[in-house]
Amino acid sequence: MGMTLAEKIIAAAAGEQTVRAGEIHTVELDLLMSNDGTTHLTIDMYNRLAHPRIADVEKLVWIVDHNMPSDSPKTAASQKKMRDFAREHGITFYEGQGVCHQLMMERHVRPGQLIFGADSHTCAYGALGAFGTGVGCTDYLYAMVTGHSWVMVPESLLFRLHGRLRPGVTARDLILTIIGRIGANGANYRAMEFTGEGLGTLTMSDRIAICNLCVEAGAKTALMEADQTALDYLAAHGRTPKAVYASDPDAVYAAAYDIDLGEIVPVVAKPHFVDQVAPAADCLGVPIDEAFLGSCNNGRIEDLRAAAAILDGRHVAERVRFLVVPASADVQRQAMEEGLTAIFLRAGAIVMNPNCSVCWGSCQGVIGAGETLISTGTRNFRGRAGHRDSFVYLASAETVTASAIAGEITTADRLPPREV
Amino acid sequence: MGATMIEKLIRRNTGSETACAGDIVTVSVDRVMIHDIFIPFVAEKFREMGFTRVWDPDKIVLIYDHLVPASQLDDSRHHRTGDAFAAEQGLTHVHRSDGICHQLMTEAGYVKPGDVVFGTDSHTTTYGCVGAFSSGIGYTEMAAILGTGELWVRIPETIRVVVEGRLPPHVTSKDLILRLIGDLGADGASYCALEFTGSCVEELSVASRMTMANMAVEAGAKCALFRPDGKTAAYCRMELGEAERALAPDEDAHYLRTVRYQAEDLVPVLACPSQVDNIRPVSELEGLPIDQVFLGSCTNGRLEDLMCAAEILKGGHVAPFVKLIVTPASRQVYLDALENGTMETLQQAGAIITHPGCGLCCGRTGGILTDGERVVATNNRNFLGRMGTSKVEIFLASPATAAASALAGKIMRAK
Amino acid sequence: MAAETFTARVWALGDDIDTDIIMPTEYLALKSVEDMRPYAFSPLRPELAGQIRPGDVIVAGRNFGCGSSREQAPEVLKALGVRAVIAGSFARIFFRNAINNGLLLIECPGLRANVADGDEIAVEVGEAITCKGKTYPIAALSDNLLEIINAGGLVHAMRRRNGLE
Repeated sequence: MGMTLAEKIIAAAAGEQTVRAGEIHTVELDLLMSNDGTTHLTIDMYNRLAHPRIADVEKLVWIVDHNMPSDSPKTAASQKKMRDFAREHGITFYEGQGVCHQLMMERHVRPGQLIFGADSHTCAYGALGAFGTGVGCTDYLYAMVTGHSWVMVPESLLFRLHGRLRPGVTARDLILTIIGRIGANGANYRAMEFTGEGLGTLTMSDRIAICNLCVEAGAKTALMEADQTALDYLAAHGRTPKAVYASDPDAVYAAAYDIDLGEIVPVVAKPHFVDQVAPAADCLGVPIDEAFLGSCNNGRIEDLRAAAAILDGRHVAERVRFLVVPASADVQRQAMEEGLTAIFLRAGAIVMNPNCSVCWGSCQGVIGAGETLISTGTRNFRGRAGHRDSFVYLASAETVTASAIAGEITTADRLPPREV
Repeated sequence: MGATMIEKLIRRNTGSETACAGDIVTVSVDRVMIHDIFIPFVAEKFREMGFTRVWDPDKIVLIYDHLVPASQLDDSRHHRTGDAFAAEQGLTHVHRSDGICHQLMTEAGYVKPGDVVFGTDSHTTTYGCVGAFSSGIGYTEMAAILGTGELWVRIPETIRVVVEGRLPPHVTSKDLILRLIGDLGADGASYCALEFTGSCVEELSVASRMTMANMAVEAGAKCALFRPDGKTAAYCRMELGEAERALAPDEDAHYLRTVRYQAEDLVPVLACPSQVDNIRPVSELEGLPIDQVFLGSCTNGRLEDLMCAAEILKGGHVAPFVKLIVTPASRQVYLDALENGTMETLQQAGAIITHPGCGLCCGRTGGILTDGERVVATNNRNFLGRMGTSKVEIFLASPATAAASALAGKIMRAK
Repeated sequence: MAAETFTARVWALGDDIDTDIIMPTEYLALKSVEDMRPYAFSPLRPELAGQIRPGDVIVAGRNFGCGSSREQAPEVLKALGVRAVIAGSFARIFFRNAINNGLLLIECPGLRANVADGDEIAVEVGEAITCKGKTYPIAALSDNLLEIINAGGLVHAMRRRNGLE
């Protein structure tokens, strides 16, 4: 019997010929990512160990992105603790250079790796054929000290993508539609594996957006075979694969879905759950106070280009705060070079430094009581973006930008023509 | 006896031919600025006073800058209150995310030479850079102005500051004003006007003058004044006309004091923790390790400041484990700096470029620090706890010193 | 009007007590001055706000209130029940803000060097301060300021102007 992508990566990490869903294995980890959300807690626990040691410092990547620049003495103290520790132990350390998952994709992740991240959206790394999964800081600390951890081999759900997305429809609409269909716990403990000829039509940016959001269906990880598109991305970023796996034709899946990309339409996830998905057309006219373009989900250059194309020659609605936040320093640089930043500024957007911003809701753009945000971020839970009596709609870069211009939820094709 | 510039300006405003320092007069207000932190308080006091209509909607400018974008849950309430007040009163000059109030007031043309302007912010002294009388007030007085269009002031005595010669390389108007504050003391110009003159001052750009006028309040000054000249006219996109002569101080004007500097004698300086008048030459502190550098604020977040830093940082990189936070003073500054490549240079040197606004300077977000950290910053205050805990050391410096220090990871002069 | 007199307990502070010390920016957007009360003086003496009792006075050195235009600085002192601030000198925006809110300010350069926390002083407004047997003369406020104070602050002066009082 064949193995799924998830089984193959875990088998390799466990030093086994074959593994099966449901088994528990001890695995060696390739990378351990941690950000300023929890690293200070990990350090506190580390310092209480009887024999503190780091198994392999080369595997650690620490990234300050959540409160960047810091917004209080408390977050500043957490970051200082992280910085001092990284400096003392020689840990790879980024501060203010971008959202952790984007930096990991740009600079560290390789196909075939097994990666723990102390952040739920670590599943993004599946876009490069790597098994990334989110862990808490206790699990993280154990892996950091021993280099190992245990994992239960997940069952997989297979998503066969067919056809091609229509113009104006994005990968973001696709994954939101899928989450809406299977529900917020539809993939609990499972891997979501994507395949099919439709996958070949999607860019790396699309794929990252898809894998990144799978945790919102409860998935342990998301996986895509590293095809030529993935290998080209890897080569362009100066890296080579650890191993390229493909799932076996006779691999066993808990369920399989066939998705016709041509049937996907622009959607929004309504407050207060990611699976409250509805066609954007059903939410037209909902007034918004803030719009957010950014995050590990949709803050890449492709997203910024799409937004700038809509915004060029138009202006953000008078009372709407439109936050544009590149996902990394590289994205920011490219946006400057391509003239996108100037388009955003001229249109009245607030262009920020790369950081998690309002997606994480702790600083830099929180919304107040009764306010509504339309966001390319990852979550719309109650209070996620600020006040507990506020409302968050999730949508694509295109829909968010169009809504920022209109001051209410709309789609790009419904905008009035530009003023000449 | 002749008149100082502030006496001339107030005579022009009030129509009095004899008003002089010490007199209490009522001035007609040409423009007011209210920023987002104080808008709810102004609106509340305005109503409490029994006013229903503002005296002149065109003369009122609302600027959201301290709380943009919101870092705390209640921040956006200030903006909603401002929007509601603007709608109710027919205010059209509302800037919701265009940058720092003081930068916008001059940049967007709200202030002209000879104007009398009040703002709910102490650094309102900035507009003296174009020869306006501008000063900070509280929100109760602002509410009274909104209702009446006037305010009583005591005409200040003037301290004249004469600077001759040419500033040495990497010595900026920031070093000059810090040196002056150090010499005068934090209350050395209390209740006074500072009038700047001399060949060095004439050579300074309006942006550099803005830096000096902005910080005059750190010596306690009520206002700072630069005589309008060709540079002012170009900056304000106007002809000076009668204002040029009407605002010129008389040769026999009476000054409380005259302070003189020779520009060639000046060196890069720092305001050391935790008083703005605690001035020392950078050379004495070189090598002190730092954690962060802040380039921005209404004091030093303009294009020339960013360009000055970029020139020093070009081809280099911010020291490991040090953050350089760059916050352009306005949307326009950001655009200009993009257009001439300054932003790309700063970005490639590792700078963290934030959105325009008050940022770290007002201590709410944008790079808050913690115990034991040391920051070199181009803004205007290093008070205890201003950028984090009381155990943060803040050193105020010029953009040149800030950039050189960011490269070195320690306090350093630009070379 | 007969000179007003009172006795009060002293809290002694230094020179250049700035507005960021009196009310840090972090708390400026709180809804009311009441909410800000616990944070007064927190960068310098975090315990002080809890120690001040209504009727106490603050005695400071030079340049009290320098810095920002934030009116929360005098307002929070009023909210704490501070009876008066006595200082060597006051920064001008703070001075205006205090008058406009009816907070009594007294310039008395000689006093600070001779008092400590907990001392008792007697104040005869516009005349003199007495402490530990020593008397310090103080000046009266100018007429236009007295007018605002007598109206009960600028809000009341304006209400009067608008025919509401």
